[in-house]
Amino acid sequence: MLNPELKLNTKLFDKNVEQIPIRQGFGEGLLEAGEKNLQVVGLCADLTESTKMDLFAKKFPERFIEMGVAEQNLASVASGLAAMGKIPFISSYAMFSPGRNWEQIRTTICYNNQPVKIAGSHAGISVGPDGGTHQAIEDIAITRVIPRMVVVSPCDAIEAKKATLASVDTGTPVYIRLAREKTPIMTTGATPFEIEKAQIYWHSPAGGTKPQVGIVATGALLHKALLVAKELEEKKIDVEVMNLSTIKPLDEKAIIELAKKTGRIVTVEEHQISGGMGSTVAECLAKNFPVPIEFIGVDDQFGQSGTPDELIKHYSMDTESIIKAVTKILKR
Amino acid sequence: MGITDEKVKQLEEKANDIRISIIDILEDAGSGHTAGPLDMADIFTVLFFHTLKHNPKEPAWPERDRVVLSNGHICPVLYSTMAHAGYFPIKELKTLRKFGSNLQGHPHRDFLPMLETSSGPLGSGLSQAVGMALADKIDHGLTSNRRIYALLSDGELECGQTWEAAMLAGKEKLHNLVAVVDRNNIQIDGYTENVMPLEPLSDKWRAWNWHVIEIDGHNMEEIADAFESARAIFSKPIVIIAHTIAGKGVKEFERDYRWHGKPPNKEEEIMAINELRTLGGKIRSEHQ
Repeated sequence: MLNPELKLNTKLFDKNVEQIPIRQGFGEGLLEAGEKNLQVVGLCADLTESTKMDLFAKKFPERFIEMGVAEQNLASVASGLAAMGKIPFISSYAMFSPGRNWEQIRTTICYNNQPVKIAGSHAGISVGPDGGTHQAIEDIAITRVIPRMVVVSPCDAIEAKKATLASVDTGTPVYIRLAREKTPIMTTGATPFEIEKAQIYWHSPAGGTKPQVGIVATGALLHKALLVAKELEEKKIDVEVMNLSTIKPLDEKAIIELAKKTGRIVTVEEHQISGGMGSTVAECLAKNFPVPIEFIGVDDQFGQSGTPDELIKHYSMDTESIIKAVTKILKR
Repeated sequence: MGITDEKVKQLEEKANDIRISIIDILEDAGSGHTAGPLDMADIFTVLFFHTLKHNPKEPAWPERDRVVLSNGHICPVLYSTMAHAGYFPIKELKTLRKFGSNLQGHPHRDFLPMLETSSGPLGSGLSQAVGMALADKIDHGLTSNRRIYALLSDGELECGQTWEAAMLAGKEKLHNLVAVVDRNNIQIDGYTENVMPLEPLSDKWRAWNWHVIEIDGHNMEEIADAFESARAIFSKPIVIIAHTIAGKGVKEFERDYRWHGKPPNKEEEIMAINELRTLGGKIRSEHQ
């Protein structure tokens, strides 16, 4: 059952569940951050409307800088602004920032220890028809390896808004992973959120059977993991589902606890299996409490054009694939 | 307003001391870059001993000007100038490139927090300086009295990011930004005009709406005047193209690109320091 303490959206299993793009939450969060903190500035590389930074840009034109198509400059100019006390948010498509400007992010932001917030929109394969060049499925891997970087991958627009607001005060560089498509709203304004805190969204009812599998999901695919949990409940297979929205720093305690409780882990992410959230979880468990793990994600391939649903199915990240992984791990 | 002959003489003596420190510490370190530090010694001297608004005893003074060294590999001149200006003891220079030293092979703020930026990978310093100038402009507009100085090599202008930054600075009319290009014509693989031609260099900057000043990078009066005249420009960012002689100060090293990335050995150190102490044989060394 859904964890009642988290005050999640009670309609999240409805067929016509409300859907909002995660990037919209970033736009609204940045607008509110700008209202609350005069040091917040926004920089965008010619994708202001698309990354939803337009909400901030319209309200605070004197604190918005249009950079043109120049992502390397985007990262390093933000570093210079931060050096003077500003809290810069930079936005582009994840493929270009942190994709194209990775070395500038490493050296001028993280090595310099400047608290720049990097919003990478259009992450994941569900970008859809634009095709493989625009589908960032390596961004978690390349950001989490940089010292000092915090990596957050919100599950819906509401959580993205909270993550954006929370990122203002970390004093560190933060990567916020955003998606293009409308995705189901799973949380509410009342759902607690803290950077670094993993939460169990679905657990077996008190007095029920011991859960047999822990599903750890990040981003919008969390919704599919919850659908799977509900479906499996009807088949008398109890699982727990964790929303791991902060990938770094990792909530190791919660991950280890889940592994101890369930003995089997399935990770679910719209990212390359190699180096992503699943790898992070595997590193933690290999060291602390080794259990069998199955990984749902893109298996060392590039994306292509299609509708989000077609692509999620083709690259084996749909509910059917998650159920297969659960079935498989139960036999291991 | 020019500077006095006496001031010029003082600055020349200071630059000579800094060059001696550069040679000394590079030989101790056993690795590092020689040509760039020597040829930028005069510009660093004018900046730190005449032009800059700064306080070596209070490096974090909020009102200070900012100096961004983009081509971090010439840090022996930055470290030597900072030590001679009183930021840290001159004897600390001896630790250059050693394990645990504040003076990392390329500048790192974790070790020396008084640095404005860490640097090494070429081509990103101008962007960071543009960010600082933008922050200052957001806070103070045209009333800002602060200057942001970006020190660039000529070779690193081959990095596309430099021109991304130049475009933005021109668009934003950052009058508080002064870039200095060390036009010494050399880089690791040879002469810049053979590796990748940069000329017509001043036209390139003008095309991005910068105000261009060209100077002899070893003439103290010209250097000081260039920084002073930059303060009178209110509509554009300013670039000073400083024509320098790679390895300046030691005849045997001058204009030779092979000195870009290697340090002097003991014998070359003795020769170079003797040459600097005697100002190329113009005065007798105390050791003769």
